[in-house]
Amino acid sequence: MEQLIQQIASGLASGAIYALVALALVMIFTATDHLNFAQGEMAMFSTYICWQLIQWGFPFWPALGFTILFSFLLGVAIERVILRPLHNASVLSIVVVFIGLLAIFHSLAGGIWSHTIKNFPSPFPNVTFAGSGYIGAHQIGMILVSLLMLFALFAFFRFTPLGLAMRAAAQNPVSARLVGVKVDWMLALGWGLAAAVGAVAGAMVAPVVYLEPNMMASILLYGFAGALVGGISNPAGAVFGGFLVGVLENLVAYFGNLTEKTFGIYIVGNGEKLTVALIIVITILTLKPAGLFGRTTVRRV
Amino acid sequence: MTELKRRTVIAGLGALAVTPVFAPAIAQKRYDEGANDREIKIGNIMPYSGNASAYGVIGRTSEAVMKMVNDAGGLNGRKVTFITYDDGYSPPKAVEMVRKLVEEDKVLLVFNPLGTPSNTAIQRYLNQRKVPQLFVATGASKWGNPRQFPWTMGWQPDYVTEGAIYAKHILSTKPDAKIGVLMQNDDYGKDYFNGFKQGLGPANERRIVQLSTYEVTDPTVDSQMIQLKNSGADVFFNITTPKFAAQAIKKAAEIAWKPIHYLNNVSSSFGSVLKPAGIDNAQGIIVALYRKDASDPQWVNSPDVVAWKAFMAKYMPNADMRDDGHNYGFSVAHTLLQALRQAGDNLTRENVMKEAANIKGFEAPLLLPGIKINTSPTDFYPIQSVQLARVKGESFELFGGVLSNESTS
Repeated sequence: MEQLIQQIASGLASGAIYALVALALVMIFTATDHLNFAQGEMAMFSTYICWQLIQWGFPFWPALGFTILFSFLLGVAIERVILRPLHNASVLSIVVVFIGLLAIFHSLAGGIWSHTIKNFPSPFPNVTFAGSGYIGAHQIGMILVSLLMLFALFAFFRFTPLGLAMRAAAQNPVSARLVGVKVDWMLALGWGLAAAVGAVAGAMVAPVVYLEPNMMASILLYGFAGALVGGISNPAGAVFGGFLVGVLENLVAYFGNLTEKTFGIYIVGNGEKLTVALIIVITILTLKPAGLFGRTTVRRV
Repeated sequence: MTELKRRTVIAGLGALAVTPVFAPAIAQKRYDEGANDREIKIGNIMPYSGNASAYGVIGRTSEAVMKMVNDAGGLNGRKVTFITYDDGYSPPKAVEMVRKLVEEDKVLLVFNPLGTPSNTAIQRYLNQRKVPQLFVATGASKWGNPRQFPWTMGWQPDYVTEGAIYAKHILSTKPDAKIGVLMQNDDYGKDYFNGFKQGLGPANERRIVQLSTYEVTDPTVDSQMIQLKNSGADVFFNITTPKFAAQAIKKAAEIAWKPIHYLNNVSSSFGSVLKPAGIDNAQGIIVALYRKDASDPQWVNSPDVVAWKAFMAKYMPNADMRDDGHNYGFSVAHTLLQALRQAGDNLTRENVMKEAANIKGFEAPLLLPGIKINTSPTDFYPIQSVQLARVKGESFELFGGVLSNESTS
């Protein structure tokens, strides 16, 4: 029983990681209608910037603040310089650009900072408290930050004119332009914001998984799963999806292990936990293609 | 059936390989492709990109060692040309790059290709072409098989041997151990685990109360560590690559699990594992070592470490000194130099292979005191000894004697 609680707590903690990445994916999807495969590597690169600033003596929060600003500008710059000429290109060309960006950021980080894993400091105090045997202070901080980010994004899209304009620009560029939305700049802004969210995700993830160029590679996969199961157009859904995937994979391993111990039959174990979690995700998507909380888009043809 | 067929074919090739290629010429200096009076061409493949790109520093180090040799007048008066390509840790690309090395660049030999999958992919080709595949950078146990693959030779102690050494140590110090194992779910992890089980013997296999595996794509091993703690294990064998090793050590401390901790050699680095995991959390961990960690204060005055530091300062000034790949590369490159020096002016592939299999008591730089490289026509495992050590402060405290393969089998 105690292990079950521990496994759920640990699942929630990794779920927070997936949720943060899922948020960045939702951000860029809402703003540009694309899924950015380079999202993880961009976040990883931002995390290196943050690490470098901390190495140079900056305290954590100012370093993170600067990193977020830098990532925002980098995101805007990427959209303006690289994706701008491709506005009318097919989806496939854009996917190729995303994969190219992925490779570029990966090699750049490896080239500049080497591949040795780096310890990334946690901004949260390392205190013991009731229940700290189940979940660490950083893990709780990470869960709180992901919820905070969710509320910020939700409020931004729901209650600000800029957020509304961005959604309009992504979903119906032609009409948006007709009512005076600067569609080009909205897309660039979306890239900037997604990169900024990614930077926060990276800084939260790195103390747990260690900073290295491959840090985000596998997390992005879980982030995708989380975002899709919750609904790629819905920030709250994506965060929920992230937590769901995190807890599910731990429970699959836990019950698999329990079955093996009790009955001596091996059905599933650690090796299959991602597979089983993804099967569940696919099942959900088959039944509800827009995700658990996604809005089904109806298009008039 | 297919297995049988393949073996027969390979054995046949092996027989062909040992027949002399051509009748000896009268001249003293003899060469194959890739060597002449002025030059020796060495080929190499490394994962400079992709998931295993962290190991790319090994190739860069070997390259820099050859540059150092050339600056000092070359090897036996010949310039060493080191050609190294990126295989991205992908077997098909490894084959492509090795073919390029052999057929276009016409190298004398292929040195220290990295990774079990890549080496497996190029082994048949190199043995067919009779090109030495020397001192491969993998600890799989299958590289020392001169009867089937007379052109392939390993270098580092193999994982099976090492796994068995830990098992023997557990049996002799804690016979009632309850063992938990964390294992990377691939050939590397299974090699270690099989060696470990062999070392325990069938009667003691039940001492393993929990085997938890992880995939390289898992973001963390937190969930596995919780399983292991709850299994009640009091001995922990940690078969993980550096990032996961650091995670596991840190997580064990977080959940207050304090078993006797055995860590595989793959992750025995202060710079890239123990320090990131937290030195306090790593105290008392037992590892099997065959090389010195150049950042360990106990070796600071050791001549080979001093030489390594001077080399790094001059030839790799921007490198991350904490990365153990630089120690590894320095050591293995000197082993190649030794084999080539022994070959002298007779630089045929056959003779290079013959001399590689004729290294006696060579103390390659950065090997632990008492560990020497020995090979023979029937022994294609250059390093077969390790010594156990315990993490104490920021140093490895060696204990017990040097343990050899023979004593474990």
